[in-house]
Amino acid sequence: MNFEIPRIPLGSWIESGLNFLTTEFSGVTRAISRTTQAGINLLNDGLMWLPEWALLGLIVLLCWRLSGHRLAIGAALGLALIWNLGLWNPMIQTLTLVVIATLVAVVIALPLGILAAVSDRFYRVIMPVLDFMQTMPAFVYLIPAIPFFGIGSVSGIFATVIFAMPPAIRFTTLGIRQVPTELVEAADAFGSTRTQKLVKVQLPLSLPTLMGGINQTIMLSLSMVVIAAMIGANGLGSEVWRAIQRLRPGDGFEAGLAVVIMAMLLDRLTQSFRGRKRAK
Amino acid sequence: MTNAQQAKIQVRNLSKVFGSDTKKALQLRDQGLNRSQILEQTGQTLGLSNIDFDVHEGELLVIMGLSGSGKSTLIRCLNRLIEPTEGDIIIDGENIPQLSEKALLQCRRKHFSMVFQNFALFPHRTVRMNAEYGLEIRGIPKEERAKKAADALKQVGLEGWEDSYPNQLSGGMQQRVGLARALANDSSVLLMDEAFSALDPLIRRDMQQELIELQHRMQKTTIFITHDLDEALNIGDRIILLRDGEVVQIGTPEEILTSPADDYVARFTQGVDRSRVVTARRAMRPVRATARIEDGPRTVLRKMVESSLDSIYVIDRERKLLGVVDAERADEAAKAGSDSIRELIDDDYPCVGPDESLSRLYSMFTKRHCPIAVVDEEQRLLGVVVKGAVLEQLATAGEA
Ligand SMILES: Nc1ncnc2c1ncn2[C@@H]1O[C@H](COP(=O)(O)OP(=O)(O)OP(=O)(O)O)[C@@H](O)[C@H]1O
Ligand SMILES: [Mg+2]
Repeated sequence: MNFEIPRIPLGSWIESGLNFLTTEFSGVTRAISRTTQAGINLLNDGLMWLPEWALLGLIVLLCWRLSGHRLAIGAALGLALIWNLGLWNPMIQTLTLVVIATLVAVVIALPLGILAAVSDRFYRVIMPVLDFMQTMPAFVYLIPAIPFFGIGSVSGIFATVIFAMPPAIRFTTLGIRQVPTELVEAADAFGSTRTQKLVKVQLPLSLPTLMGGINQTIMLSLSMVVIAAMIGANGLGSEVWRAIQRLRPGDGFEAGLAVVIMAMLLDRLTQSFRGRKRAK
Repeated sequence: MTNAQQAKIQVRNLSKVFGSDTKKALQLRDQGLNRSQILEQTGQTLGLSNIDFDVHEGELLVIMGLSGSGKSTLIRCLNRLIEPTEGDIIIDGENIPQLSEKALLQCRRKHFSMVFQNFALFPHRTVRMNAEYGLEIRGIPKEERAKKAADALKQVGLEGWEDSYPNQLSGGMQQRVGLARALANDSSVLLMDEAFSALDPLIRRDMQQELIELQHRMQKTTIFITHDLDEALNIGDRIILLRDGEVVQIGTPEEILTSPADDYVARFTQGVDRSRVVTARRAMRPVRATARIEDGPRTVLRKMVESSLDSIYVIDRERKLLGVVDAERADEAAKAGSDSIRELIDDDYPCVGPDESLSRLYSMFTKRHCPIAVVDEEQRLLGVVVKGAVLEQLATAGEA
């Protein structure tokens, strides 16, 4: 006998689910799309409005204040190189996407992380979901983004948020759970409400860990907004993408180098912020 | 004396089972099984079983027992950091285990402040902000908060450290902050869970002394946990002995020492029963200040204030002890314009020779702050013995 096990139509289920969502919630997705696009434009235009040298100066100053002269010198050299290569505007576009994606991710991640820290049940539900989100190949998120939000930067942000959010949730939960029991007991013993305990004790004490999570979210955002060029997100990614299509390795390398410089600056900056908090 | 005092907290029938099927564990307990048998049969720990006691208004009650005897569990049941499994805890007419979550918050704010073994200070807050914590969450206005915190920090001798962070302080100072945080709160009961155990022995003794003085000054009802008998004897008005989650004995330090309820208590106190071989001479301390018979009330008052004494010994030219004058009477006489202390002298004071045994000294202490004078055959004043010194000798003498 020859048994044929029917193939489970997992893919088509997902597709009909997505179809359902896109048609039923088109109002919602359109609203999200419009606000996000407005945010992107606002930030982008603001950053572009500043002359290159002014923005460069501001960033260098920020690096100097938060970290020290070494990072400041590095920032000056790196940014000058990007400017010189004519990649300033794509860099600003990428920066805009990273900032907005990180903001959205953190705004969603904080409450979820807090919830997972205080509720064991929610913790057990969300942790596998986060594992799933992090191990699913990043490209896969790009596909459903398009039916929801169309080709463009908003889709890029959507995919980026999903991809970059898990560490922010994880680290928030971890940070809160790491607060020594005695301190939580002390807060309880004096009659703190849940909110007071959270705001006055748990969150401040988990700040270093939480900043570590945000740092990771920023780095993942950067890597994802570059990939999101495939679905029309502007910025350094689309420079790379164009270089691939035209088979121009030199251009591709230059844009790639700009991404590396951005990554290093963002990483050092957020880390110095974290270190400062801890030193206190 | 203590029996007539009012009960601040009544604990009745309090039990705690750590585990999920608490009913089963309590049933087995009622069938007469002990802690380890219950653990074996059900996998649940009987943390506390049928605890009954009163906490008197204004007393310093010590809960003592070996590690694992349930001390921390007991103190945490009082403010429900641990949920009791059954029983009543009544404070000012409220039954704590029955309170709603909201009422519990209010009850904790009003009645309980806690001092922790490892201080549990908030590392991101300054000393001042730590001391203000309890007031802050109750929404007390800023100025009042600052004032109360400053008062509390002053009480524990930490003026000038307000803006430091806890990690900049030594262990002893950190625990003072812990104490100030609890005192600032103005709650009616102070809970201290092994509050001095993490401190080194010298500092620990200082802190004990300070706690005794503070408690005497403020008359704050205090429940103090320790596994250290010396500490318990030194500071406690009464001591509760716990073993395996049950009360073995409740009594004054003296009762615990002189009539241990069973072998367990006796073993605890064995090391201390050296009272018969140690004499007053060893526990004696020099007198801080004395009055001369020629002195007027004002001079005597001044001497007392300078040496922070409540009463002062009066001696003649040969250092012979004539009696004591207490501050209140001297004050009245000074106000009345009298210029002699002769009529003020009270010659009914406790007095012993240098070879008197400590056990007898101990039984002479009726009130806490009435020292015993030590005199030689000529009735010359050699020194004084205070209660703390007797206990210290009882606790440490034989080790030398
Ligand atoms: N959360 C818990 N779950 C299970 N068992 C517990 C829990 N907390 C305490 N116990 C058990 O209850 C008993 C009493 O513990 P408790 O901490 O009250 O003792 P203790 O007298 O304070 O001891 P120590 O001097 O070591 O602090 C111990 O056997 C302990 O193992
Ligand atoms: Mg304990």
